[in-house]
Amino acid sequence: MNTAPDHTPTMARMSWAERLSPYAPVLLIIGLVLAGLIAIPSTSSWLTLTVSGLAMGMMIFIMASGLTLVFGLMDVINFGHGAFVSVGAFVGVSFLLMLEHMTGAPSLALNLTAMLVAIIGAMLATAAMGWAFERVIVKPVYGHHLKQILVTMGGLIVVEQLIIVLWGPEEIFITRPEALKGAITFAGAALEKYRLVAVGIGLVVFLAMRWVLRSTKIGLIVRAGVENGEMVEALGYRLRLVFVGVFLAGSALAGLGGVLWGLYQEVITAHMGNQTMILIFIVVIIGGLGSVEGCFIGALMVGLLQNYVAFLEPKVALISNIGLMVAILMWRPMGMIPVVKAK
Amino acid sequence: MSDPILSLQGVNTNIAQYHILQGVDLDVPRGAVTMLLGRNGVGKTTTLRTIIGHWRAHQGQVLFDGQDITRLPTPAIARLGIGFVPEDMGIFSDLSVEENMILAAVSGPIDSTRLEWLFSVFPALETFWKKDAGTLSGGQKQMLTIARAMIEERRLYLIDEPTKGLAPAIISTMARALRELKDQGASILLVEQNFAVARALGDSANVMDDGRMIWSGQMQQLSTDADLQERLMGLSMEGQ
Repeated sequence: MNTAPDHTPTMARMSWAERLSPYAPVLLIIGLVLAGLIAIPSTSSWLTLTVSGLAMGMMIFIMASGLTLVFGLMDVINFGHGAFVSVGAFVGVSFLLMLEHMTGAPSLALNLTAMLVAIIGAMLATAAMGWAFERVIVKPVYGHHLKQILVTMGGLIVVEQLIIVLWGPEEIFITRPEALKGAITFAGAALEKYRLVAVGIGLVVFLAMRWVLRSTKIGLIVRAGVENGEMVEALGYRLRLVFVGVFLAGSALAGLGGVLWGLYQEVITAHMGNQTMILIFIVVIIGGLGSVEGCFIGALMVGLLQNYVAFLEPKVALISNIGLMVAILMWRPMGMIPVVKAK
Repeated sequence: MSDPILSLQGVNTNIAQYHILQGVDLDVPRGAVTMLLGRNGVGKTTTLRTIIGHWRAHQGQVLFDGQDITRLPTPAIARLGIGFVPEDMGIFSDLSVEENMILAAVSGPIDSTRLEWLFSVFPALETFWKKDAGTLSGGQKQMLTIARAMIEERRLYLIDEPTKGLAPAIISTMARALRELKDQGASILLVEQNFAVARALGDSANVMDDGRMIWSGQMQQLSTDADLQERLMGLSMEGQ
């Protein structure tokens, strides 16, 4: 017989504020989009800016998602993450330049195939590089934040110089594949085709990541490891292997982001990764270190805000992201979707 | 004692500059509940953490079923069939109760018969199956952490203070669960401050003080001898 107390919960009615609180970050995006609609005089401009902001946000998310997981899982601050963005862009663009007969043809299928080849090449290259980076640069400095910052920044500089050695010091201009040039018109607004593709790829990456993290055992191990790595090991899982896997995947995603970002800017430089790091860090901090969903929402907010503000008040655009970060941290000091850490 | 499942021989463990375990000898017999007793801060938790490999023994040997596991990494030790319930419970609060259990079933999908049994022992787990583990009460979290260790049959269970801070009704649930586990023939090494629980469950007892084992013998002998308790643990636990 069981004498344990009855554990059927008594449900209390929650106030609207309490019920909405978990969805607040998502509502914030909707609010931002609506605010844009009100502030921007023409609906077609608003639609153009919104798609552009979403595209930018998706690309930042792809670049930042690996960094947030690496930090969450192993407490490693990797200032060298931008190196994977640069290398991804250079490798991807090199492939695209080699496949000019495919990117120049006015066939969407050929264009997308060329892009796919470039993306896979870039991701393989950055994954391999991530593996080497983890072994040589990150592994010796586990548990030492200051050393991590110094040594990973050093790694970034070395990689930048290596890019200059291999590809030369000049910036490389790249035109988008033929079928992705120009814009389509929707409800009177011009929507750049490439941005729509970027939004699509970003969504696919986010949903795939979410599925892996929520519905597979490896995802459970990663989520549990972010919270309490010691206990995951005590259950019998080799967290070190999982971490190397996450580092590799994160590097590959940064490489993918690099290709997309390079095609978005239509020019690549050895320092592009370093430059995107500021946006990446803002997004990771806004989202809550270690949280993929937070990173996604943070990236979309940064992308949207930057585009709206640049249209309305170009001078303010420079500080809009920092301002957003300050505001979010005042509201939720651990980021929008804080990750629980057992210490 | 013939052929113990776990044996510590002269184990020394340092944590930073502190010399915590100072030559611990301990035998855990098969199919019995071995109690590890002693005041706070004498090294009971450190002993369990050294066995599972969270801390490393600087000297001495940990033998599991005859195999030297002193230098094995924690995951390898766990995979030999050791279930660990840490003092801080180690619940993954961002994961649901179900996800916590899926993770604990290391060798494959959860065995439904075993899960039914755990639900009958800890009904709260079934009620909150889909809820985030972080929203559970302290007692429910403790049930989850023990159920997690029990979801697969392990060759040895290391359980650190399962009744700490719990109400009497929950303590009896916990004690009954451990009794059922014991009746199935499990080998358990149990750290426990609640002397009533220790007396009810323990077959043999080991008392630690200052990082050493100061007494080993039958639980029955310790529980009936108030003078011995007074001498070993500084105060009569019976009177608590």
